[in-house]
Amino acid sequence: MTTTVSIIGGSGYGGGELIRLLLGHPNVDIKQVTSRSRVGEYVYQTHPNLRKRTQLKFSDPSQLEPVDVLFLAQPHGQAQQHIEDYAKLAPKIIDLAADFRLRDADFYEQWYGEKHAAPQWLSKFVYGLPELHRAEISKASYISGVGCNATASNLALLPLVKADLLDTSSPIFIEIKVGSSEGGAEGNSGSLHAERANVIRTFSAFGHRHTAEVIQEMGVSNVSLTMTAVDLVRGVLATAHAKVKPGVATKDLWKAYRAVANENPFVRVVKEQRGIYRVPEPKILAGSNYADLGFELDESNGHIVAMCAIDNLMKGASGTAVQCLNLMMGWEETLELEFMGLHPI
Amino acid sequence: MSTIVCPECEAQVELADGTEAGEIIVCSDCGVDLEVTSIEPAVVQLAPMEQEDWGE
Repeated sequence: MTTTVSIIGGSGYGGGELIRLLLGHPNVDIKQVTSRSRVGEYVYQTHPNLRKRTQLKFSDPSQLEPVDVLFLAQPHGQAQQHIEDYAKLAPKIIDLAADFRLRDADFYEQWYGEKHAAPQWLSKFVYGLPELHRAEISKASYISGVGCNATASNLALLPLVKADLLDTSSPIFIEIKVGSSEGGAEGNSGSLHAERANVIRTFSAFGHRHTAEVIQEMGVSNVSLTMTAVDLVRGVLATAHAKVKPGVATKDLWKAYRAVANENPFVRVVKEQRGIYRVPEPKILAGSNYADLGFELDESNGHIVAMCAIDNLMKGASGTAVQCLNLMMGWEETLELEFMGLHPI
Repeated sequence: MSTIVCPECEAQVELADGTEAGEIIVCSDCGVDLEVTSIEPAVVQLAPMEQEDWGE
């Protein structure tokens, strides 16, 4: 028996990636995909890679019917306005946006500059990164999305935090290079080809909202994220600079990274001694749900450079959402997510 | 077949039957070259590897 799902807000890049994954999912039947601006249009007219795979048309959100699982892929701020209505339509909800990622309403207001519209719902959601909350997700009814930059940052730091190797009295600086699809499908003057092509542009030196997810999930307070747009469509590379505790050696780091990779099917350690791909690189992860982690330690001063590469639309959004679906439904965690990427690309 | 511990990453690496002293093997986890310096007992040490520098 298949599980019925619908997607609210399916015209964006995250929604399109979600539809692509769910169309191939053996246990899922997509009932409706909504878009206010494209009601009645074929979904493949917006997401051309889905041509010949679906004859679904975009529905009006007001015509939504009850389903087993509801995915919310709307712009930030919408889900918290309508969550009570959505909860009447489905017993399980996975939200890809930022509405329910933070546990504390004051913390949300601090980072998003506005009061949360449904603060009573924050505690009902589990932060949707399986590498951090696998057991909770498998029992949850409501799962939040993850920020793509936050995911790259959190996974870059995870082995160090989990093994308690970080010197948290020192600041953590995370430099993040991001592709253009992170900006969404709506576009603005900065997305014009003339302005975006060949770019290396730092658009947020500090204070990016995804920083809140790193503080919350890693339990570190002295952390700063700097965002730089680069000439990629898909991909995030997080490069974290931090200090390890005195005495921590490369062998200790290997042990910590190996443990995290062994526990998580989509985490790989990339620290090669020969060849071209010696460190994590988002280029070969396009379309895959893998997160590649790497590190280098200067043992003379404890300075560690911790890296994580992901596809922002997959591990940083829709891939992780489907991974959460698999967990919450008790299915194999990797179902429909085993694509290993392309090389060369 | 004997097992050694990689001096770089502490992975368990198996020495194939017939491995000889002086042979270079590769750690399956971290990819470093390891020189087998002894068979009985099995001992390895890091072998020098070519570094890459694209900055010049």
